[in-house]
This record gives sequence, structure tokens and C-alpha cells, in this order.
Amino acid sequence: MNIPNELLYTKTHEWVKKISPKVVVMGITDYAQQQLKDIVFVELPQTGKELKLGAPCAVVESVKAAYDIYSPLSGKVVEINKKIQEKPQLVNEDPYGEGWFLQIEISNPDEFKNLLNPVQYRVICEAEH
Amino acid sequence: MKRTPLYEAHVKLNAKIVSFHDYLMPLQYDSIINEHLCVRKNAGLFDISHMGRLDVTGEKALSFIHYVITNDASRLSDNQVLYTPICNEQGGIIDDILVYRWKQRHFTLVVNCANLEKDLLWLQKQAVNYHPLEIIDLTEAISLIALQGPSACQMLENTLDFKFNNLKRFYFDDFLWNGNELTISRTGYTAEDGFEIFVDANQALSLWNLLLDKNKHTGLKPVGLGARDTLRLEGCLLLYGNDMDETITPLETTIGWTVKFDKGNFVGRECLLKQREKGIDRKMVGFEMIERGIPRHGYPVLKGDEVIGKVTSGSFSPSTNKNIGLCLIQSQYAKIGEELQIQIRDNTYKARIVKTPFYSRIKR
Repeated sequence: MNIPNELLYTKTHEWVKKISPKVVVMGITDYAQQQLKDIVFVELPQTGKELKLGAPCAVVESVKAAYDIYSPLSGKVVEINKKIQEKPQLVNEDPYGEGWFLQIEISNPDEFKNLLNPVQYRVICEAEH
Repeated sequence: MKRTPLYEAHVKLNAKIVSFHDYLMPLQYDSIINEHLCVRKNAGLFDISHMGRLDVTGEKALSFIHYVITNDASRLSDNQVLYTPICNEQGGIIDDILVYRWKQRHFTLVVNCANLEKDLLWLQKQAVNYHPLEIIDLTEAISLIALQGPSACQMLENTLDFKFNNLKRFYFDDFLWNGNELTISRTGYTAEDGFEIFVDANQALSLWNLLLDKNKHTGLKPVGLGARDTLRLEGCLLLYGNDMDETITPLETTIGWTVKFDKGNFVGRECLLKQREKGIDRKMVGFEMIERGIPRHGYPVLKGDEVIGKVTSGSFSPSTNKNIGLCLIQSQYAKIGEELQIQIRDNTYKARIVKTPFYSRIKR
């Protein structure tokens, strides 16, 4: 299970990385893609959409079912990864790289305290496994 | 929760286990897509021991079966298999089953796992005029293993040292293996050539392991319920509970051909005949998505602003690389080429009615 040290995480298996003082990039974790297996569809919000912490912000579908992805922080969508809409398997192949989902301009930096560090996140994955 | 005799084998093979009605069953071992494509190109091995098996014996067994099913049991010869719905008086589908004729006085019915108890009660109720008749549930005594795919015949011959060339599609026979009787039918639920093997529950594990061991090097893989569902959908083989239930008649689905009005009386005949004469209000058709999106069971189907029906089954189709489905819609729109919209969450996406099946095997 790959849990990079430089990222922050949610209990619902999203990862977050700060790329500028106000903007983060997010996606789903290696553990999440392993659980979902064959991802065949990704639905992303439009840029400009306001997201609320913990609310559904995207949908991924495996062959078998659809799953909600939750917004790790509140803010506005400034960029979406169109490549995973065309090639959903990128999420399986490279969840922390080419398989990223959204860039979010965050509206409340205080919310960072809700995110998990890699050690805390690993505990959650191991408990679920 | 019940376990089939192969449950431990699935766990050892790292299967993702799900509860399927009363049973803990393998959903997938590896990836649904890989398992699906393996069956299309080569062969796959399935544990389908959860399927219900009912043995029917009695002097009037043939006329009883003929009466409770919509298809024509009188055309069956010994060792032949027939696909058919069982309907209620209103023509609604109680179950879709396979009828195995051993002899005029002895049949085996393979029924859906979720319907086993319901079917048993229904059949017992219908049996009053056909006594003496015995209906025995063999589900737990006998396991069922399916070997499906273009290489299935060769693999089975390699493993069991019998010849299966003479076993025609929808026929079955008995074979002696290690002193145990196997019943093998050339049937399946994948739209490929293949076999379904009835084996004593206490021999199921050795047969499963033998089949996997002998054919590993030629590419046989275990396949779970996930790929079983995508394989059957591509072949337009209906799934009870999704595409059929007691409020839907066979004439409204794609299996209208299984209702044989000229065979004499049967349960549901009167209502089905009326429906045929009056014309059906809704019809099941296959569709593929034009726009992106995966249709799923229960999603609304629209024409403009009007809801005209529902998706009964839908999935990504690994063989065609399209998103496909079956839907039950107002008959007036059930024309090949017709454009529809499928509502997926908050949006609607374009789809087109297409010919079914979505996939046909290359006959060799």
C-alpha cells in the first residue's frame, strides 16, 4: 500500500497536496483504487463549482458500482483533470500522479487540521483491511 | 450466511467475497475486466453452487413440468435441456429456469438462488393434480461448477479424459470420474461455448482444484460473479430480479420466444394470450450509450422530458468497450436506432437502441 509522506489524507480515502498558498490538488489514494479495482468512469464537477468540506464532489465507477468522492476541503474548483475522464484507468495506474482529480482554491485554511497525516491514514487503512 | 464447498478455495485464491442472497460468493479474484476477457478469449471457471437445484420425479412429471412452464416440454428428448420462464396466473415471471429431462418421469430444475424457496412452494402448490409427484431440493447435496469459454471443451477433455465433441449444446450426460458420477451439460450463462458440471458436494473441491491445476498453463482462471454479470449482459441473457420479476411478463422482455401458445394449457396462458392479442404496452430493448456515462439498474429512461421506462441492467461492456444496457420502455419507442436519454444522477445522457445481443461468439 503506497502512502506517500508528503501528502495529507481523509478518512474517506482522498489525498491532498498543497501546490501554492491557496491551491491544493486532490485525488483518491492507492488504497482506494485497489479497493475499487477496474475504474471505468469518472464524473468531475465543472470548474468554478463551490465545494463544501465532506460533501460529494466527484463520482468514480468500477465495473460493478458507482462511488462518491468527497471534498477534502471547502473551496472552488479551479482545474479538473480531463485526462481521467477520457482514460479512467489512469486512476488505477497512477493515483497520486496522472490520476489526480481536481485543483481546489481553498476558502478556509483552518480545515487543514481535519486532514490526516500519513501515519494516521495508514492506521485507518489497516483497520479496514 | 451459507458457504459453498468451494468457499475456502475462493478465499485462498484471494477473492473479494460478497454476500449474494444467502451465500458468501466470490465477486472477483483479480479484475472483473481481466476475468471477463479471459472467458471470451480462453476459458474461465465459475462456482455456481448457489444456484438452486430441484429434482422432480413422478409418473406425471412430464405433464406437470409442461403445465408449469411456458416453453414446450413435450419437445424435449431424454438428456436434453430447455430454458424457460415459470409464470404466475397473470403471466408475471416467477423465475427463469433450466429444465433437464432425464426421463419422462424424472427432471431436474436449475433455478435462481434467490427464488429457490418461492419456487419450491409454488411448484408444490401446482402439483396437486399431478400426484404422486416428489420434488426434492438437491442444492446443498450437489455442487455446480461452470467451465466457460472457447477453450472449455479442450480443457475439459484434457482434465477428465472423456470426449465432449458429441455432447451438443443444451444436452447433458453422465460421466464416471474417480468412482463418482458427474452430470455435465453443455450450457452456460456467458454467451460462449461451455459446460456446467454437477458434482457431489464432497467431491467439488477436488474437481475444482484438478480443473485449475491441469489448465493453469493454458490460461484457465477462476471467474467471479462480477464478470458473470457482464458476460451474461453482453449476451443479452436476462437476470432475474433485474430484468424480470413477477410484474413483468415474458412477452414484454426479450424472451417472448419461450412462450409456446400452441402447446396446450399452462399456468399464465390465458393472461399472456390476452396480452398478445391486445399488444404490449412496454417492451425490453438493448441500448448503448452515445454520451459518456454508465447506465445502472433502475435509472430512468427519457424521451424529451417524458419518462418512458427504466434501465433493467447496465454496465461497462469489456468486449465492446461501450457502456450498454437493457431497458423496459413504452413500446412505441422500442425501435432499433431510436435515440433515448438515460438519467444518471442529476443529468441525462444520450443513448441509442441497438440490436441484441451486444456480443455473439464466433462459432467454430
